Amino acid sequence: MNILVCISHVPDTTAKINFTADGSAFDPLGVQFVINPYDEFGLTKALHIKEAQGATITVLNVGGPETEPTLRKAMAIGADQAIRLNATPTDAITVAKSIKNHIQANTYDLIICGQESIDYNGQQVPAMVAAFLDLPFVNACVGLDINGDTATAKAEIDGGHTTYSCSLPMVVGGKKGLVEEKDLRIPNMRGIMTARTKPLIVEEGEGGGHTAAVSFAKPAAKSAVKLVPADQVNELVRMLHEESKSI
Amino acid sequence: MIVVFVESWNNQFKKASFEAVSYARSWANTTGCGVRAITSASAENANQLAQYGADEIATLELAKTGAGIGAQLAGLVGDAQGIVVAGTAMGKIIAPTLAALSNGALSTNTTNTPSSTSPVIVERGAFSSKGIETISLNNGLPIISFVPNAIGIKEEAGAGAMSTAESAGSDMLNVDEVSVASGKVALPEAEIVVSAGRGLKGPENWGMIEELANVLGAATACSKPVSDIGWRPHSEHVGQTGIQVNPNLYIAVGISGAIQHLAGVSASKTIVAINTDPEAPFFKAADYGIVGDAFEVIPQLIEELRAFKAAN
Repeated sequence: MNILVCISHVPDTTAKINFTADGSAFDPLGVQFVINPYDEFGLTKALHIKEAQGATITVLNVGGPETEPTLRKAMAIGADQAIRLNATPTDAITVAKSIKNHIQANTYDLIICGQESIDYNGQQVPAMVAAFLDLPFVNACVGLDINGDTATAKAEIDGGHTTYSCSLPMVVGGKKGLVEEKDLRIPNMRGIMTARTKPLIVEEGEGGGHTAAVSFAKPAAKSAVKLVPADQVNELVRMLHEESKSI
Repeated sequence: MIVVFVESWNNQFKKASFEAVSYARSWANTTGCGVRAITSASAENANQLAQYGADEIATLELAKTGAGIGAQLAGLVGDAQGIVVAGTAMGKIIAPTLAALSNGALSTNTTNTPSSTSPVIVERGAFSSKGIETISLNNGLPIISFVPNAIGIKEEAGAGAMSTAESAGSDMLNVDEVSVASGKVALPEAEIVVSAGRGLKGPENWGMIEELANVLGAATACSKPVSDIGWRPHSEHVGQTGIQVNPNLYIAVGISGAIQHLAGVSASKTIVAINTDPEAPFFKAADYGIVGDAFEVIPQLIEELRAFKAAN
């Protein structure tokens, strides 16, 4: 079985986010980059499938050479090979077209993406890849069982869950629940050493774009908290009613 | 024409349904065109969408999955100048599917109505609420998926001409089981959220959180550590890698306020933090705070709110 795991290269979850002085772009200065957390659950799920029934895991990123350490890390964790589609990831539809082109030229039984990246929070690429390829798609996927050439997938919906089934190949937009937090793996020394010799193939991705970032800003700073003494809870209720009109 | 897809749940509209029509109306007013609402043939009282500005209301037999509905919509966009979809769980599948099939220009996580319409320019949440991106929809049909509760509902009469539509779009998934918790307020659309963390010391102490939520008509939520150790289900985990919420009121009890948690809640209009530790980072992100023991404060808060509800 061939599994493709699409990986975004994103600022660490604890990173302070800054923008360039003219507000035109994200400023990566001093920021540590990691595998997008949603994708890490997907990668770990792929490892579980490989260990249970055998599989070849390919990780893929659309981006410039600066993302290669993130692909190497994914291989150190256990992916067999990496593809970098060389392109500036301007918008989701362009990224999705690049991924579609790669998938059409290869054979994959299962395509796992994180449901969104924690930088641009688009939640667009997985659904677009599925739509371009006319493949079944499960978003917000919190459980996946593969049986031969069929799959059963559990997804979060508003206020509950749905269970779907379909035949492979399929596209998954995954999140925590595909595997648990405790299942995530840290690369060991042997993994890091073998990752150096695993193939990292560069192919050309799509250019262009349908949308463009005009500017970025930080949210307005909150004014100072109003502290209410613990023995005057009634005062909090009054303020929530009269000041903030929350109740 | 601005085309808006209006979702229904068990044949009923919800707040996000009407908000989607209000969004479309606002956009249409700036471009001087009409609003066409597309909704399920099984939705009850579809004509009420006219109260929020729908000039035309087209109903059709909908596919069961977001991808199927997205494909149907791609066949119905015609000469639309723009498309609106609410960013619900289903909408988050419909919008990108439609964008791919119509080669459109999509903004998701959108937080305002267009400030310019040629090209369409909107603001959207990025970097897990740590940034606001202004985005221009340059090439292709502009499609906007907005964050529910971002702009609110506005009544404005539309012509409301009813019609039926047909469009092919098949589901590629079998829907085996749907389970929706009844009698509970769903987290993503809740106007008030009561959330608790490790400060509660154990899952057996969640009774007072549920009681507080009950009094307020609120949804319950929790921090990541609490869902990771299994005190509460993952579906309640609010934060950067959990559910992102933007209620009118978010009450955080015994949650320190790690940067990843704040990323999921900072869009809330009013935040209350209750924590024993006066240095807890949550107090920097909150509008109101009580430094105190949740086991003493929450029962008092429930009592005061009951008295308030009885008097108002």
